[in-house]
Amino acid sequence: MCKCNCSDSNIDLNLLKPVLDKYSNVKGSLITILQNAQEIYGYLPTEVIYEVASATGNTPAKVMGVATFYTQFRFKPVGKYLIMLCQGTACHVNGSEMIAQTINEELGISDGETTDDGLFTLSCVACLGCCSLSPVMMINDETYGSLTPKKVREIIAELKSRS
Amino acid sequence: MKIIVGQGSCGIAAGAGKIKAVLEQSVEGKYPIGITGCIGMCWLEPIVDVYDDNNNLHRYVKVSEDIAKAIAEAVLSSDFAKACEYEISDEDKLFLEKQTRIALRNCGIINPENIDEYVSVGGYSALKKVLSSMTQDDVINEIKASGLAGRGGAGFPTWFKWNAAKQSKGEEKYLICNADEGDPGAFMDRAVIESDPHSLIEGMLIGAYAIGAKEAVVYVRAEYPLAIIRLQNAIEQARNAGFVGENILGSGFTCDFRIKAGAGAFVCGEETALIESLEGSRGMPRLKPPFPAQEGYWHKPSNINNVETFANVAWIISNGGEAFSDMGTEDSKGTKVFALTGKVKRGGLVEIPMGKTLREVIFDIGGGIKEDKQFKAVQMGGPSGGCIPESLLDTVIDYKKLSATGAIMGSGGMVVMDESTCMVGMAKFFLDFTAKESCGKCVHCRIGTKRMQEILTRIVNGEGKDGDIELLEELCEAIKDGALCGLGQTAPNPVLTTIKYFRNEYEAHINNKKCPAKECTQLLTYEIDKDKCIGCTMCAKKCPVSAISGELKSAHSIDTAVCIKCGQCIANCKFGAISKN
Repeated sequence: MCKCNCSDSNIDLNLLKPVLDKYSNVKGSLITILQNAQEIYGYLPTEVIYEVASATGNTPAKVMGVATFYTQFRFKPVGKYLIMLCQGTACHVNGSEMIAQTINEELGISDGETTDDGLFTLSCVACLGCCSLSPVMMINDETYGSLTPKKVREIIAELKSRS
Repeated sequence: MKIIVGQGSCGIAAGAGKIKAVLEQSVEGKYPIGITGCIGMCWLEPIVDVYDDNNNLHRYVKVSEDIAKAIAEAVLSSDFAKACEYEISDEDKLFLEKQTRIALRNCGIINPENIDEYVSVGGYSALKKVLSSMTQDDVINEIKASGLAGRGGAGFPTWFKWNAAKQSKGEEKYLICNADEGDPGAFMDRAVIESDPHSLIEGMLIGAYAIGAKEAVVYVRAEYPLAIIRLQNAIEQARNAGFVGENILGSGFTCDFRIKAGAGAFVCGEETALIESLEGSRGMPRLKPPFPAQEGYWHKPSNINNVETFANVAWIISNGGEAFSDMGTEDSKGTKVFALTGKVKRGGLVEIPMGKTLREVIFDIGGGIKEDKQFKAVQMGGPSGGCIPESLLDTVIDYKKLSATGAIMGSGGMVVMDESTCMVGMAKFFLDFTAKESCGKCVHCRIGTKRMQEILTRIVNGEGKDGDIELLEELCEAIKDGALCGLGQTAPNPVLTTIKYFRNEYEAHINNKKCPAKECTQLLTYEIDKDKCIGCTMCAKKCPVSAISGELKSAHSIDTAVCIKCGQCIANCKFGAISKN
């Protein structure tokens, strides 16, 4: 176990047990295990990386190497609303930069950052495949298209008022 | 009477879920509201199709909640004149009428969540034909006769890969579908899986039979949650109907299916990187040979094709390879699906026979440029492709002809750009992407793309130097030569094509510190036209750095030394008095 005091004592590793029971002996399942772990915790805490490593017979370095290779995996907790802003070509041509700027003005966060109140995280992601509605963003699995700065402000205000 | 709401990801993003709920409520349960996948006319979403009692189609577009209520009223009274103003225009109808749909044959027509609808349009009859009357070689020969080539980008003959995998020794073989559609600007594979998942399954089953694989895996992007749900559902239905699993249709052929969700890495579209990822490792490409047909997944013979390739297979078996090869050009047979987006009036999915020109796709089908602006370029093939200028718009769509321009067919992304898009900015956009997505294995790709990204960033920020263009060209050649996989070998294409066709824009940035498209913020200056400004003070109030001064009711001015070029003033000026140059 890690000795550097980086661990988060609130992590309940028991939640991971069913996932490890199901997959740890199935070869080639490391990514699937990490995806399931992220489903459970919202991100991949260091303790989980160590737990997965020991259950799958890998070194923590190997698990971390795989996890950091793929953009899907996060190592910090995310806000209640995860804003995934599409960085595809069509969105770029139709002004996604302006949308990123608007989010930055409204919430004061850039790519990868979370608001102090823990409500919003901004993540700039690869093409979401809704190119005809560009610029596009996805917030917690819901897709918002044909964005304008005005529309973005309204969406953010609406989400804020819900909380 | 049949009412159907288009429910692909685009439709849902445009509000189709809400529209379906409003329709359900408004027809008071008298008619069921069905769903279909992506119709392909994404710019008109949400779309509602109503087949009246005489089976005439009334297609309603850009449906709002109020329009949905009007449609329900028309349906309940059987008086379609009531809602005719919301029906699709004759001009917009041309978008579909000018297409020839094979891979997309059922998209937007059948319910993707119901196997019976797929079977009712002839689904799984090709599989039955294969299992009851064709040998493995018969299937491969039929695909050979069709001339089908890989639709994921490389354009390699499908039959050749199948034959190589079939001839490889060993009992354990795998058939893999590459649904890791990472090319920004392409979404045809998502549309096929969301709208017609059984055609993918059927194509894969035929491929698995041909090479002798007992297991099929679909590697699909995690960013496509709806596609994963619909595919999972379709596999279960196919299993229950006896099309998937052991001893399929009593033929003795066994094939099981599994989905593997990707975790976000563009390089995993490269087949050996995809295999590494399937095995749970970092998705870094392997050295070839050995090719996957000899040593692939778990080092067993494997065949990998893309979604669109498989979606053509059942049609080819049912209609014969020749029917497919009758379409197209000498080199490129059949049809190809393009995702037409960007500054084009009618954006969506376009499937046409090879041999049409780019102009026909963008202007005849796509309706030309939004707001009737000037066409500048079309980007094809994503980060591996290039920008094609207006002078080459009559280029015929064909693997070789497109490659000759410096772009590629790629997976079929077609992003249209107008006069307001900066081509240097475009090259930088793609290098930002490839530099981030380079897996790091090859030095030339890992460091070379980073250096190119830095040079391009300097140029768009007005810090370009003499010799930058030549340095970029040198780096491009080195990366092409020094990279192992397709990602690195093609990463320079966006830079090379923009230098080739738009060198003047590079020169304007470097020598004159000007962006001709007026897109590169650092090179712009904002000015207030004293004749148009009425002194409302709105711009001064909105300016975050107080760069604007002036008295109420008299013309204002901008202190360019203070201005951070955020554009707030232009956005808030109601009199069009502010310009950027």
